[in-house]
Amino acid sequence: MAGLHKSEFANPVVNWIDTRLPIFTMMQKEYAVFPTPKNFNYLWNFGALAVVTLTVMILTGIFLAMNYQPNTQLAFGSVQHIMRDVNYGWLIRYVHQNGASMFFIVTYIHIFRGLYYGSYKTPRELLWMMGVVILLLMMATAFMGYVLPWGQMSYWGATVITNLFSAFPIVGPKIVTLLWGGFSVDNPTLNRFFALHYLLPFVLVGVVFLHVAALHITGSNNPLGIDVKSPQDTVPFHPYYTAKDSIGICVFLAIWAAFVFFAPNVLGDPNNFIPANPLQTPADIVPEWYFLPYYAILRSVPNKLLGVCMMFGSLLVLFVLPWLDTSRVRSARFRPVYRWLIWVWVAAFVVLGYCGMHKPEGIYVVLSRLATIYYYLHFLVILPILGKLERPLPLPESISQPVLGRRGGGPLPGTAAAKPMEKA
Amino acid sequence: MRPLRSLLAGVFAPAVIASSLLAAPAMAQDEQLPHENWSFRHLFGTFDQAALQRGFQVYANVCSNCHSMQYLHYRDLAGIGLTADQIKAVAAGVTVPQGTDDQGNPKDGPATPADQFKSPFANEKAARAANNGALPPDLSLIVNAREGGPDYVYGILTGFAQAPAGFKMQDGMNYNTVFPGHQIAMPQPLSDGSVDYADKTPNTLPQEAHDVVTFLSWAANPELVERKQIGVRVILFLVFMTGITYAVKRRLWANIEH
Repeated sequence: MAGLHKSEFANPVVNWIDTRLPIFTMMQKEYAVFPTPKNFNYLWNFGALAVVTLTVMILTGIFLAMNYQPNTQLAFGSVQHIMRDVNYGWLIRYVHQNGASMFFIVTYIHIFRGLYYGSYKTPRELLWMMGVVILLLMMATAFMGYVLPWGQMSYWGATVITNLFSAFPIVGPKIVTLLWGGFSVDNPTLNRFFALHYLLPFVLVGVVFLHVAALHITGSNNPLGIDVKSPQDTVPFHPYYTAKDSIGICVFLAIWAAFVFFAPNVLGDPNNFIPANPLQTPADIVPEWYFLPYYAILRSVPNKLLGVCMMFGSLLVLFVLPWLDTSRVRSARFRPVYRWLIWVWVAAFVVLGYCGMHKPEGIYVVLSRLATIYYYLHFLVILPILGKLERPLPLPESISQPVLGRRGGGPLPGTAAAKPMEKA
Repeated sequence: MRPLRSLLAGVFAPAVIASSLLAAPAMAQDEQLPHENWSFRHLFGTFDQAALQRGFQVYANVCSNCHSMQYLHYRDLAGIGLTADQIKAVAAGVTVPQGTDDQGNPKDGPATPADQFKSPFANEKAARAANNGALPPDLSLIVNAREGGPDYVYGILTGFAQAPAGFKMQDGMNYNTVFPGHQIAMPQPLSDGSVDYADKTPNTLPQEAHDVVTFLSWAANPELVERKQIGVRVILFLVFMTGITYAVKRRLWANIEH
């Protein structure tokens, strides 16, 4: 009996299972008593929101797959069948369709949280890198999902994006043929995209599990970016953060519902209500809004191969971010210059998204080039140098200290310059 | 710090101003479209049932001569307020292929409510041959498939006019103020008196266009009314739950210094 776990659960059934497979102990340790910094603001909701979204996407996706036909002749009609004939099919599909956008909104804010509070810095580098893998998987999944309704934008989007790979010398055209399963975007393409669109979310679940597992080794970062010093700095995850996450989940679901029930197609393109037609190119091929910044980077470079490399590079650079940022201070609150520059980077990202909506002509070329340059400059030049030059503000002694300092009247010695906690 | 901040402001203010100016012409394009008052547009709007039925009459008498609506079935007409008997009668008036007879020969017969709307042409080639090379698009989703939605379709139907002097028209094309490029293959489909309404509504062109666009909007989004009704309840529930969870969280955190 040496390998058996000593379970402390009173319920005999739970105890019996837990002795043999300590999942209850694990849940208790990782989600109930898990010590969590007590100073989170609402930006720390977004990881939980992403998990909720992934779950809803998988559930709605399974029911959609039961009624969808991955065949070029039938796909468009089968989506209409879901929308019109399947019981509450319109609800399931609109939740799934808008869920893709919600997933990206939530994930982008989650990433911004990481950038602003330096969550990628040691010891959370691997946690961050797994997050980048999640982002890439999400993008691949979303792209292939958008192809499935087989509307005009599905078809032409697939054509444009798969053709990007042809830019690579020698192997490029072979990669494209492999992606297509033939010599143009056609039935084999749709079939493999459907298969992969069904597969990748489960891969995503696996990587998310590793992401969370790594998080539970290092512990969460917090708005002050300083390490937990004593049990006084933390609260048990349950009920404190389960309650706080619940508020975020309710608000988030309400926003999602507002799209689903009152403006389900506002984020989509009217062209996707026209069945795919290989003989007729739409006037303007635009990806979904969440790809627009990368699309703008691609189009801001006159050389196709370089453009493709810059586009993929803009994501891959995130992998090495923990080593590009040389500052040892995590939170932007104590980095007087970075605190501004991160917003400049956000602005560049938004400008890129805006430029991605328009044809690359005139001012949009200039704007997207400037923004692309800043995007790279920020990571490759500014962050390595800034870490050496910037003089950070003094850090508080502990997470509890600024709290006590505020309530207790007057800052404690040595923290005069530390900013008081902003109300979450 | 100070010079850095003003530098950033100097870089970004012009960028923001420039982008807002650039957005303006994109919106100006929209100005040409008429802005009709659609019963289904606003937050709690529903379809005007009388307009839906008149609109179906316009579709059946005029549009359906060239345009298919392949994603609709006759049974769907319950959604515009037709009774089961009325739907049966509508379907029975249409002859559709019904598989094969005992000898294996193709057989035709009256449609049933379970049948798809019958398309006017057997296939794309037949449709093009009969329409001067142009393909009349399927109308099931036309309102969703065009930028501007119902206003755009209404604009097309009411936008036929004499080409301005000096405007070069291709053979067989018609001038339309709303259509991109102003040359449309479809001849003006509706005019005053194109249909005689059963309910004695004046059959002016704007009325007919308004009714048929209402019908087409329903055809593209038949779930709209139910969707909004469920949506109100879902959002009220979530707002209520937000309040409850917020109260719970406040109470829990009351004894934590944070």
